[in-house]
Amino acid sequence: MLLAIDFALIIEKLILIVVVVSASLVIAMYTTFAERKVAAILQDRRGPNRAGPFGLLQPLADGLKLFFKEEIIPNFSSKFLFILGPALAMLTAVMTSAVVPWGDKVQLFDREINLQIADINIGILYVFGVVSMGVYGIMIGSWASNNKFSLLGGLRAASQIISYELAMGISLIALLMVTGTLSLKEMVVQQQAGHWNIIYQPLGFLIFLICAFAECNRTPFDLPEAENELIGGYHTEYSSMKLGFYLFSEYINMFISSVIMATLFFGGYDMPFVNEANFTPNIAAIIGVAALMTKVILFIFLFMWVRWTIPRFRYDQLMHLGWRILIPLALFNMLVTGAAVLYFNR
Amino acid sequence: MSNHIHLPEGSIEKQTTTLNLGPTHPATHGVFQNILELDGERVMEAVSTVGYIHRAFEKIAERRPLYQITPLTDRLNYCSSPINNMGWHLTCEKLLGVKTPKRVDYLRIIIMELARISDHLICNSIVGVDSGAYSGFLYLMQFRELIYEIYEEVCGSRLTTNIGRIGGFERNFTNTAFEKLEKFLDPKHGYPAQLKEFENLFTRNRIFMERTIGCGPISAERAMNYGFTGPNLRAAGVDYDVRVHTPYSSYEDFDFTIPVGNTGDCYDRFLVRNEEMWQSLSIINQAYKKVQEFKGAEAEVYHADAPAYYLPEKKDVYTKMEALIYHFKIVMGETDIPAGEVYNSVEGANGELGYYLISDGGRTPYRLHFRRPCFIYYQAYPELIKGGMLSDAVITMSSLNLIAGELDA
Repeated sequence: MLLAIDFALIIEKLILIVVVVSASLVIAMYTTFAERKVAAILQDRRGPNRAGPFGLLQPLADGLKLFFKEEIIPNFSSKFLFILGPALAMLTAVMTSAVVPWGDKVQLFDREINLQIADINIGILYVFGVVSMGVYGIMIGSWASNNKFSLLGGLRAASQIISYELAMGISLIALLMVTGTLSLKEMVVQQQAGHWNIIYQPLGFLIFLICAFAECNRTPFDLPEAENELIGGYHTEYSSMKLGFYLFSEYINMFISSVIMATLFFGGYDMPFVNEANFTPNIAAIIGVAALMTKVILFIFLFMWVRWTIPRFRYDQLMHLGWRILIPLALFNMLVTGAAVLYFNR
Repeated sequence: MSNHIHLPEGSIEKQTTTLNLGPTHPATHGVFQNILELDGERVMEAVSTVGYIHRAFEKIAERRPLYQITPLTDRLNYCSSPINNMGWHLTCEKLLGVKTPKRVDYLRIIIMELARISDHLICNSIVGVDSGAYSGFLYLMQFRELIYEIYEEVCGSRLTTNIGRIGGFERNFTNTAFEKLEKFLDPKHGYPAQLKEFENLFTRNRIFMERTIGCGPISAERAMNYGFTGPNLRAAGVDYDVRVHTPYSSYEDFDFTIPVGNTGDCYDRFLVRNEEMWQSLSIINQAYKKVQEFKGAEAEVYHADAPAYYLPEKKDVYTKMEALIYHFKIVMGETDIPAGEVYNSVEGANGELGYYLISDGGRTPYRLHFRRPCFIYYQAYPELIKGGMLSDAVITMSSLNLIAGELDA
C-alpha cells in the first residue's frame, strides 16, 4: 500500500541516514588524525600539531589538500573503470553502517526513534554481502590503472579478502549457533547485562578479529598496498580525491569493522554493571551510544597499535595462515560449538 | 607436482611478466635498477644494472692533492662517512710513512665505531621498515642524531663529514664532544637501552623471523667466491674482519669478538649487525677509558708531526716562516707525494673498504682505486633473489645494505 507510507518515518530515517553517514565520515576523518597521533606516541614523536589546537584541524587540511591536487588519469587506463574503482570502494564502505544498532530507542517529539537505520532480520548477511563488494573497488581500480604494481596489489587484495572471508564466515556460523538469530539488533538485546558473546565464543572472536584485520588491509595484512614492495599497491596511479576516497574508505572500513566486532562479541551498546532501567530512555540511549563508541575506540586503537608494532606477512605466509590455520581452526570451533549447543539444549 | 602438468607452449600459464624494480622504487633506497622476470610474485630471472650515480671519483681523484680527496670518500658509503675518511687518511699515512700518536688512534677508533653503529642501525631498522614495521626505525634514528651531534662537535658537519686530516684531527675533541659521547653511551637512557628495546621488538618476533629466515641466503663458499666481506660474509659463517686480521689504528689494543652467523640469510645478517653494534659500544667504552688516561700535555695531542701534510695552526702561519710556507704549499696542493704503491683497507661498516693508491711522485695520485664492498654484493644480488618472492627481493636488498653511493663510485 503505497499511500499508507508513514511520511514521518521516512523523514526520521532520512535524518538518521544523514546523521549516521556524516558521523561515520567525521569519525573516519578523525581516525586518520588518531592514526597519526597514535603512531607519533608509539614512535616517541609529537605528531601533527600545527593546524588548530593540538593539530585538531589536520584532517580538514588534509582533505582540502587532496581536493586541490591535480587530478591525473593515466593515458592508458580504462577511464570509466578508473573512476568507478574509488567510488565503489567508498560506496560499499559507507553502506555497511545501515544495519548497525547504534543505541536503544530515544523519545523525541512524541515519537519513539530506533537508533538503527534498518533492523533487517538478516543484518549480518547484509554486512557480509556489502563488505565482499568492497573488493571490487580495489580490483577494478587496480586493473584499470594499467600498472603492474597496481595489478599485483589488486591480485593480492582479491585473493586475501576472499580467503579470509571464508574463515570469517565459518567463525560466524559458530556465533550464529549460539545466538540463533541473524539480526544485529536481536543479538545486542540478547547480550544485555553483560552476557557478551565473547564469553561463549573466545576462539571465534580471535579468528574474527584476525580476519577483520585482513579485510581492512591493515598490518600485518597490508600486502595490497605494501609501499615498500608495490610503491602504493592498488592506488599507485591515483591522485587527488580519488586517492583520498581509497584511503578514506579504508578508515571507514576500520571503523565499521570495529563497530561490527563490538556488536557481535562485546554487547553492542550494552554498558556492563549499569542497569539501564534506572534511567529515562533518552539518558539510557546516550549511555548506550557512548558505551558502543568506547568499545569502538578501543578496537580502533588496537588496529593502530598492531600496525605500528609488527611487520607484515609475505604473500605465501598469508595464504598459509588463512587456509591452513584459520579455516581448520574455525571449522573446529564450529564443531565444538555445535556439540556444546546440542549437549546443553538437550 | 608441477612436473606432472604439461602446459602447451605459449599458454597463458607459462607467460611471465617483466617488472622494473627501480631505479626510482621506494624500496631501493637509492638508485638501483633491477629488471625482474616474474611468474606471479615469484622472481624467475633478475638482471641488475649499475652506474646510475657514477660520478667518476677515481678519475677526479687523479687531479686532486691528497687532502682534497677526503670529501670524495665521504660520498661513498654516506651512512658511515667517517670510516671512509679515516681509511683514506690511513692510506695516505701508510704511503707517506707518518706515525700517528696513540691518542689519535683511540680518538679515531671512537669516531669509526660510532660510524659503524650509525650504519648498522640504519641497515637493521630499514630491514624492519621494508618488512612493514616502521617504529623500530625511529627508535634507533633518534640516536643517530646523537652520533651526528658528536661528529658536528668534532668536525662541524654531519652527513658528509670530511672528518680528520692526514696525521690526525683538525682540532682536539672538546669537552662537549665527550659529554655527548657519555650521553650516547649511558646504559640507562642512552643507546644501549634503545638497542635493547629494538631487539625486543624484532629478534624473536614471529612474523619478522618468518620473513627473514631463509630469505636471500648465501653459502660461505659462494660468498667467498664473490668476494664478500664484512657483516654479509660473517653472517655466512666466515670470521673475517680487517680489524683483527690486519689491525690498523691500534685495534690490537682492544678486546672484542667477531659475531658470525651460519646460514647467510637476512636473519643472520640482522643478528650479526646487531651484535656488532654491541661490540662497537664496548670498543667505544674501552677507547674512551684509554683516552681519559692521557693527562696534561699528552691530552692535548690530536695530530702527528707531519708538517708537510698537516696544515699548521693559524697563529703560526702569521708569525713563523716555515709555517707560512707549508700552509701555502698545502693549500695550493703543491706538495709532492713520494712515489710508491700502497693498498690499505679498513673494516668499513659494509665490509672491507680498500684504497689502492699509486703515486708516480707527482702532486696528485697517479691512480686511485676504491674497493667498494657494495659493488661486490650487488653482483650477487640477482642470484640471491632468484626463486624467492618479490617481497624477499626487497628485504634482501636492504639487508645486504646496498648503498648507491658506494656501489657507483
